[in-house]
Amino acid sequence: MSVDTSSSRPVDTSRPDGHVDGGDAPQNGRLGPLGWLRWGWRQLTSMRTALMLLLLLALGAVPGSLFPQRSADPNGVTQMIARDPGAGRVLEFFQLFNVYTSPWFSAIYLLLFVSLIGCVIPRIRHHAKALTAKPPVTPSNLARLPAYQARELLGHDVQDVLGELHRDLRRQRYRVARYTDHQGRPSISAERGYLRETGNLLFHIALIGVLLTVAIGAGFKYTGQRVVVEGQTFVNSRLAFDSFDPGRFVTDASLPPFSLSLQSLKVSYVQNNRNAIGMVSDYTAHVTVTNKGGGVSRSTIKVNQPLSVDGNDIYLLGNGYAPQITVKNPAGKVVFTDTVPFLPQDANLTSLGVIKIPDGLAKQIGLLGFLYPSEVNSTSGASFSNYPALINPVVSLNVYTGDLGLNSGIPTSAYALDTSKLTQIAGPSTPVHSLTLTPGKSVELPNGLGSVQLGAIPRFASFEIAHDPTQYPMFGFAGLVLAALAAALYVPRRRVWIRAEPKPGGVVRLEYAALARGDDPRLDAALTQLSNFAHQKGTS
Amino acid sequence: MTPLLDQISLILAYSVIAVYVCAFIGYTLDLGARASAAVQAEAPALVAAAGATMLAPPPQLETSPPRAGRGARAGFALAILGMSLHLAAVIVRGVAAGRVPWANMFEFSLTGSLLIMIVFVFVIRRTRLMILGPIVTGLVVILLGIATVGFYVPVVPLPPALQSAWLVIHVLVALLATAFFGIAFAVSGSQILAAWQEKTHRLRGRAARVVAALPPVEKLDRLAYRLTIVGFTLWTFTLMAGAIWAGRAWGRYWGWDTKEVWTFIIWVVYAAYIHAKATRGWTGNRSAWLSVIGFAAVMFNFAVVNIFFSGLHSYSGLK
Repeated sequence: MSVDTSSSRPVDTSRPDGHVDGGDAPQNGRLGPLGWLRWGWRQLTSMRTALMLLLLLALGAVPGSLFPQRSADPNGVTQMIARDPGAGRVLEFFQLFNVYTSPWFSAIYLLLFVSLIGCVIPRIRHHAKALTAKPPVTPSNLARLPAYQARELLGHDVQDVLGELHRDLRRQRYRVARYTDHQGRPSISAERGYLRETGNLLFHIALIGVLLTVAIGAGFKYTGQRVVVEGQTFVNSRLAFDSFDPGRFVTDASLPPFSLSLQSLKVSYVQNNRNAIGMVSDYTAHVTVTNKGGGVSRSTIKVNQPLSVDGNDIYLLGNGYAPQITVKNPAGKVVFTDTVPFLPQDANLTSLGVIKIPDGLAKQIGLLGFLYPSEVNSTSGASFSNYPALINPVVSLNVYTGDLGLNSGIPTSAYALDTSKLTQIAGPSTPVHSLTLTPGKSVELPNGLGSVQLGAIPRFASFEIAHDPTQYPMFGFAGLVLAALAAALYVPRRRVWIRAEPKPGGVVRLEYAALARGDDPRLDAALTQLSNFAHQKGTS
Repeated sequence: MTPLLDQISLILAYSVIAVYVCAFIGYTLDLGARASAAVQAEAPALVAAAGATMLAPPPQLETSPPRAGRGARAGFALAILGMSLHLAAVIVRGVAAGRVPWANMFEFSLTGSLLIMIVFVFVIRRTRLMILGPIVTGLVVILLGIATVGFYVPVVPLPPALQSAWLVIHVLVALLATAFFGIAFAVSGSQILAAWQEKTHRLRGRAARVVAALPPVEKLDRLAYRLTIVGFTLWTFTLMAGAIWAGRAWGRYWGWDTKEVWTFIIWVVYAAYIHAKATRGWTGNRSAWLSVIGFAAVMFNFAVVNIFFSGLHSYSGLK
């Protein structure tokens, strides 16, 4: 987007600022390598290329909304590939599951930014010159300009009138210069609205700032998720997270060692609106925090109301129930006891949980549990939950025996049970019914393997702990983008010329002309204001 | 109390549709009348232009637009009446809900279409661009029709994710930006039609005269640009406020959620529109098409993304 600054060619003032000389074809048929390079650079930094890249960027962002993305919806990607492996491979080949980090998408925006930098640098130079230069010499034929008026004044001194107009223009923050042409006619040349181009340049610079902040910030930020059951404590360290996503430069020492205990998670349900019975109206996690200095404080975390501790923000992202499950061997010895977070499957918190017992019983067993917070039976006999609070909680367990796959060294999810090497011994498709438990109740496992007991059913909260040192620079650049954009779009940049010509009989003929640089809805109005001003001064 | 107010708001919304349909008819009749008048008016206008002199008293800022005909005056009066009922419907819905009336699809449409009407009235008062009358009232009737029939949900309290001051500002500014883009779309559409007719003369008879009564293409182009830059500024704010809210609610300010993606696409399309205005070969008709594409993306983002795409912004309230 180079602006011609050479004085040999007249600058085309009828074009808006930031106007671009579109595809300049090489003037000479034969170009050296340097010539081609220069030609290529001019192509890349032309407005037409920038426009094409903008359109490509918009188009390139579309597939990321049509196909599930690994970053936002990894399960969706897995399911899609499982459903149609062939299509999955094709999509994978074009990186359509990772659009926004893919080389082709990156190429578009990086080229766009290179083009932008190539455009902005010469414009900064040009603008710096314009900021220190005098307004241009008054053109000889003002009537040819887009806004033009001529009026005559009687019985006034030419210099007095021009002086008044000069002061008025200064009051309106025009930069003013006085010229006299070869016929001896005095004129005023004025220009205003340099802020328009300043804003335009700052807007683009701030966008570069945003991109750099994102790029640099990615190395220093981290996010981690952790499920915490009521009564449990979590210590901020890499190993304590269920999942952790650190930037390149994050080390273990980057994590301040605060700890967080979840005292309780209070959930309120809508009760007075029959259209929303059972809808959650509020989640409040009551927590106790020990910061890295050892200070202990009680606090709350809500959705939309994170808690800030030692430069980390703690968000409440999810919740559910974590039934207390105890498994004993036939001799009555406890082989497993823990609160097991069950993952919610629907709005009424029907939840799914997995318990794996590799040791202590005659065989390895796996339990696949369903929790119904308010269990009712459908006419077909199937259980479901009709309310998310614990009104009539029931846990039903399907029991499997065999190889849990925990000894192979391959990491497995704690929330999934791989049943491929397991034999089901209780639940649907076996002669034995699922084990049904209510709080405090204990039932025998099939085949005399032992017993299972359900204790209390506390809630769990799933927290996200995030550290992002780029928040404030980002905020600054975003503010600059908006302010600069407003200046670039709404500050009118215009040139105004006024020429005075003494006529016989004490008449002064005043010609007013104006030229908008960029959109300027009030160009004519500005001229009329000036000519009226001179007329009033003249007649008073 | 709430269900009663909710019903009153819905009945008001139905009445608004009826009144806007009448406004639409008024504006359409006016276009017809204007088309017949255009034939007779052409000759004197030419004479007047030739008679202007440079030493004449200061010219009017804008050549004074033609006086509104009876149909247009009726259309305008009905539009104002409809807007008062519309405003009442929005306020009653807000009172029924005990919060801002823009938290689900029905409410977005109800409030958003009111904002479109407000921007429309403002623009038509200043420009007398009468073709906006049938286009905008027609568009709003369709929007409100879909909203009342397809999107209506009874008032329910806000889910925790929407309990934030950002709901007030982020969504309101997004709707306002949409209103500006919508009117700009109507202007750009007229511009494309006028340019097409100028080039091909494919339209004949009354339709041709309706198009001939439009202001010059350049004037439409400038108007569309001025509306779009306001929309673009508001949209930039929407995008940023959304990012700040996302940072507050989800722990990251940008995550390429479906809604974020489309908000970004729309921003880039309108940025391209503004750049096209300064690119040789792209001014005029081509940039007008970008404005049309931009508004199509806005509507897609509003309707299709809210209802059919999964993502964190699934706030249609529809099940």
